[in-house]
Amino acid sequence: MSLAINIVELVSEKAQAAGGQKVTTVELEAGTLSGVMVEALGFCFDAAARNTPAEGARLVVREIEARGACMGCGHTFVLESLLAQCPQCGGYAVETLQGRELKVVSLTIDEYDEE
Amino acid sequence: MCDSCGCSQPANSVTITRLGQSGPGAAGQHHSHRPPRAQGRVVAVREAVLGKNDGIAAHNRDFFRKRGVVALNLVSSPGSGKTTILERTIRELRGEIPMAVIEGDQQTMLDAERIDATGVPVVQVNTGAGCHLDADMVHQALHRMELAKNSLLFIENVGNLVCPAMFDLGEAAKVVIISVTEGEDKPLKYPAMFDAAGLCLINKTDLLPHVDFDVARCREYALRVNHRLEFFEISARTGEGMPAWLAWLRSQI
Repeated sequence: MSLAINIVELVSEKAQAAGGQKVTTVELEAGTLSGVMVEALGFCFDAAARNTPAEGARLVVREIEARGACMGCGHTFVLESLLAQCPQCGGYAVETLQGRELKVVSLTIDEYDEE
Repeated sequence: MCDSCGCSQPANSVTITRLGQSGPGAAGQHHSHRPPRAQGRVVAVREAVLGKNDGIAAHNRDFFRKRGVVALNLVSSPGSGKTTILERTIRELRGEIPMAVIEGDQQTMLDAERIDATGVPVVQVNTGAGCHLDADMVHQALHRMELAKNSLLFIENVGNLVCPAMFDLGEAAKVVIISVTEGEDKPLKYPAMFDAAGLCLINKTDLLPHVDFDVARCREYALRVNHRLEFFEISARTGEGMPAWLAWLRSQI
């Protein structure tokens, strides 16, 4: 929930800075190891967005597949979790290369015309 | 994620108190809303969701570095013995290294009062329904205390093995604590916290003869998640294993 609140705050700030009054879409990039559960985040986002420029906005989440490199044999592979084991040598010492990021990529806004 | 834990509360329900004083809480935030005209326009953002927290954490870290303060963020489930470890650590190092404590709990001043009794400066942060400390809460707590140069600052996070993992406070390291009355499989069940930590204290080792906890297996599970993790096995109650932990603390100053 606190992530959803952080997203809504960032989105509201950026939307206002861009002169937009209403956010219709929020595009998010979430690594599969970022700790985010996409469905739960959607639910929390809707709740957190109430009474903000992001109210009613559609949250589009693009998942970034986590990849890691084995410290033992150098093999790079897709990480299913933080407990990933190298499929080549069985080692657990794995360096994460990507998949922890959690970013707001873009907003789609409706602009407000001054009366 | 944690829609049931209540951390959707407004920011102004957080209170930060220096013991012996009462301070105002964090400022609240409200958004205005007016009906828009329809015009779709895409605005590029490309910013981390926790970028604001990370920015304040960087500011805290810079503040610590300039004063030679080593800040440690203590994280664990409720009841692992964080406060008892702090009481014992402070008693052992008092007079040798200046120390201070920031206590995080949803409610009450109970932990801060325990620390206050040891004689070191302590600030209590009550997060209300919030399930973790964030960098701004620590920043505000820092404004209510004076830290000695070349000192230790212990930040006792809210007892929770999930959300505190995501929030950088500006600490030098997260210290995750697991007690032997818990399951040794906790590192597998809550990997994010063990992944984020630099140090792991296995506490209440005096109870090992009475429980089924397998220390070797716990270490092995934790190392699967984070191969860089360092371990100390301690009993804050009897003092067993404390010298190695205290030596590590001394080496950080």
